[in-house]
Order: sequence, then C-alpha cells, then structure tokens
Amino acid sequence: MARFYVYPVWIRLWHSLNAILFLILIFTGISMQYASGERSFSLISFEKSVAWHNVAAIILTFSYVVFIIGNRITSNSKHYKIKKENFWSDLFTQLKFYSLGMFKKEKHPFPTTEDDKFNPLQKISYVLAMYVGMPVIIITGIGLLFPEILIRQFFGVSGLLITDILHVIMGFILTVFMVIHIYTCTLGDKPITLFKSMVNGYHEEHD
Amino acid sequence: MKITLTFITAILSVIYLSDNDGPVLQEPQQEEFQIQKGIENNIFAEDNEKCLVCHGEPYFEITDTATGVTRKRTMISEYLINRDEYYRSNHWSFACTDCHSYDLEVFPHPVSARLEEPYNCNDCHGYDEQYAHFQFEKIQVEYDESIHAEIEGFNCWKCHDPHSYEVTARNTDNFEEVILYGNNICLDCHSNFERFQLLTEREETKIVEMHDWLPNQESHFRSVRCIECHTEISDSILIAHKVLPGDQAVKRCTECHSSDSRLLATLYKFQSKQFRADVGFLNGVILNQSYVIGANRNVILNVLSYIIFAGIILVILIHVFFRIIKRV
Repeated sequence: MARFYVYPVWIRLWHSLNAILFLILIFTGISMQYASGERSFSLISFEKSVAWHNVAAIILTFSYVVFIIGNRITSNSKHYKIKKENFWSDLFTQLKFYSLGMFKKEKHPFPTTEDDKFNPLQKISYVLAMYVGMPVIIITGIGLLFPEILIRQFFGVSGLLITDILHVIMGFILTVFMVIHIYTCTLGDKPITLFKSMVNGYHEEHD
Repeated sequence: MKITLTFITAILSVIYLSDNDGPVLQEPQQEEFQIQKGIENNIFAEDNEKCLVCHGEPYFEITDTATGVTRKRTMISEYLINRDEYYRSNHWSFACTDCHSYDLEVFPHPVSARLEEPYNCNDCHGYDEQYAHFQFEKIQVEYDESIHAEIEGFNCWKCHDPHSYEVTARNTDNFEEVILYGNNICLDCHSNFERFQLLTEREETKIVEMHDWLPNQESHFRSVRCIECHTEISDSILIAHKVLPGDQAVKRCTECHSSDSRLLATLYKFQSKQFRADVGFLNGVILNQSYVIGANRNVILNVLSYIIFAGIILVILIHVFFRIIKRV
C-alpha cells in the first residue's frame, strides 16, 4: 500500500475552515435568495442569515488570503500548475476513467504522487474555483456588504443588481463545485479513504 | 474598486440591457397643456409682493406713525415664505388673499385677522370632482387614525407646508428625488428638536441611533422613505397617511426582502399599477430604480439552476448505482 504525506497541517486547517464556511454561506445564501414574507421557505430567518453570511464571508475572505499567501511561500502551488500539453486529452482520459474505467477496475490514469497530488480534472476545477470563482464571489460580496462603493447605475441598470446577480451565479457554481467535490472524494480506495487523508494528511492507495 | 466592479459587471449588464424595454413611470398627463410654474406666470404676483415684502424677507421694518421711528425686526420662521419655493409649489398660482383674509392687507395686521383659522386641505380639496383622484377624504380618514392626529396642534400643514409643498411621486421618474423629498418632510421635525419640541414633550429622537439595528443604514435611508416602514399599508390611496407609533413600525426584513415585498404596496405602488416590460424578474418594477435582495429574483436563472442541480444529482445517483452494481 502506497502512503504519502501530501496534505500539510496548514492546508488541512484551511480546508476544514473553508468547508464549514462554505456550508454556512450556502445555507444562509439560499435563505436570503428565497426569502418570503408569510409563506416562509427560508432555512434560517433573513435577519440571522444576513448576520451569519456577513461574518462567514469576512472570515472566508481572510482564509482565502491565507491560502494565497500559503501557496506563494510554500511548494503547495506546484500542485495547481496545469500542463498545456495534452490538456484536453488528459481531461478526457480522467473523465473516461470516472465514467467507464473505474467500473472495469482499471488503474488510475493519474495516480497521486508527492509531487502531483491532483489529477487533471481536479487541477482545472480547483484552479477555476480558487483563482476565478473565489475572487469574483469575494469582490462582489464586498460590493454587497458595502453598497456605497458600488456604482449606482451602469447603463441605466442598478450596479447593485448586476453585482448581486454575479454573486448569486458564482455562489451557485461554487455550490455545484462543492457537491461534486464531496462526491468525488468518495472515489478513493474506500468511500472514506480520501476524507481520512484530509484528517491525517496522508494519501493512501492500494497497489 | 469601482473600476474593477464596473468591469466585472459590464458583461451581464449588456445582456440585461438588451432585454429591457424600460419602464413607464409617469402618470399620463391629464391635461395636454399646462401652464409653466413660476412667478412670471402668476397673475397675482404683484399683489402678493405686498405681503412678501415682509413675509418674503428675513427682516421687516415697522414704523411708529406717531413718532416716525422705524425699526428693523426679524420675521419669525413660521411666517417666512420663500418666494422660489412658493412659486414652484402646488399652490404657486394663488394670490395670498385666496386663502388669507383681506384684512391682512392692513399693516399692522388687526388681531382678528391674525387669529383667523387656517384652511385645512379638505376645505378646498375635499369632495371636489377636480381633486377626486387624490382621494383627500380617504387621506383624512387615515390621518385621523395616525399617531400624528393624537398630537395637539398637529395638522396637514406640519408636513405639507402649503407655501412650498410639491407633489413629487406622481410627477417624476426620479425616485431619489421622491425619497429625499419625502424623508425631509419627516426629518424637518424628527431631526430638528427645536421644531419637534413645539409639538410634543417627548424626548429628542435620535434617528441614526434608533435605526442602529438596520444593516446598511445609509443605503436604506437613501433607497426608501420613512413611511415605507412607519405607516400602515393603504389599499386605496397612493401614499399611506396612517403613521404608526414607533414600536409598531416594520422591523422584519422579509417585509421588503421577499417575493411579496411591501415596497410594491408603498414606494413602488404607483409604478406597480403602470405597464412595465417584464424582464423575467420577480417584482421587476423595483429594478427601475433599485435592487432589493430577496424581492428581485430572476425567474429564468432560478429555473436554470434547478435544472442544472437536478441534472448533477441525477448523474451522481447513476454513478452511485453503477458503483454498487460493480462493487467499486
């Protein structure tokens, strides 16, 4: 059985905090988006949703800054480097493995190593989530938290409206990302293997 | 920061704009021809000037005819008329003596004339076909039930100064102007203790502190009028006049931030009754001027999100099914 230490303590702490904050933000965000007067759908009251959403978002912003700095000053950023050559074919290979290969008990096309812990599909989705999705949702979130900094009207449309729509769309995309991320984390040797890795830091894989 | 946000939001705004036919905000003009407001168009302006020579200036002169001594005195603010405001107001075309006794043309004014009872709104506007669409009678009923009616000495003029009041909500598509004008009427007393204490012995109201609980206070103050939360919604009249005691004001966010937002029955009531192109947003009329989280949702995006989410869950369930079958 192969066993590598690929998730340092700071990454595990950041990841756990991020996961908790994501869940809070999703639940409170849905409560605000679908707020209703009498026929209440909201999971949490609007007032509490606003307060929790704001606090969680501020902590998430700081934790994102920690992630960016951490990636700059440690070697963790190497795992996010996407190779241009064979980009699409590697993605297709990984997708083919998830949809067919794994059911035929084929070997992982891109096994985890100490130098390359993510497969091509993980890399592109993590890079898009962390370097595109997160900045957009944080910047638009800051705009909604401090609406006075937003432009009032943009070509006759409320700046607040545009910012919020962008925020909600990105919130939805990141929610979808999280659902898929959690599911794909059950695709280890056993359904809980990859979750254990995030606790002890070791990636385990049977030969 | 502004530039960054502008850039980020530009693409969506262009998409949105291409679908927006724009609102119809103004009430259709009832008369084709309307005389332009202004002192130059008031046929009584010259006569009015006899009053405004004192009441239009911060100081006036009084002479003792026996001794010939002339003294300058300050005009008290309650009797001071701003010419510009007056000739811009709803009553701009009037002569002073249309509402005030002719006896006041004598100076010094006789006591009997000074003690005249001022007209009320309904003395002129009530039960008159010409003003029926304003529904002054219903306004009176609501006012009589309001907290203001309990205050001795309170009347229509405390909020609607007949020498300066202008109808705004019906005549403009500029909501900022409507909100600012409306809120200034309230703040005239509620943030001016000198005026406030003339009517009540209550402690000074500290508006900002009292609304501490309100998130993004500045944005709320700029986007809605005080009466949105401090009056009972009126089914029939355009602007509710039943002002509620402070402890009965709306404090639940979802009263506005929800699919059935009360703003449609208050600030956007007039516009809600007008035609507006539907761009797929719930309560789309609000989008003309603002955006209210919870009240404005894009129906198309909502449906799309349900389909995408359901599709993903379906794919995951199929994957799980085959994992169980194949024991992977």
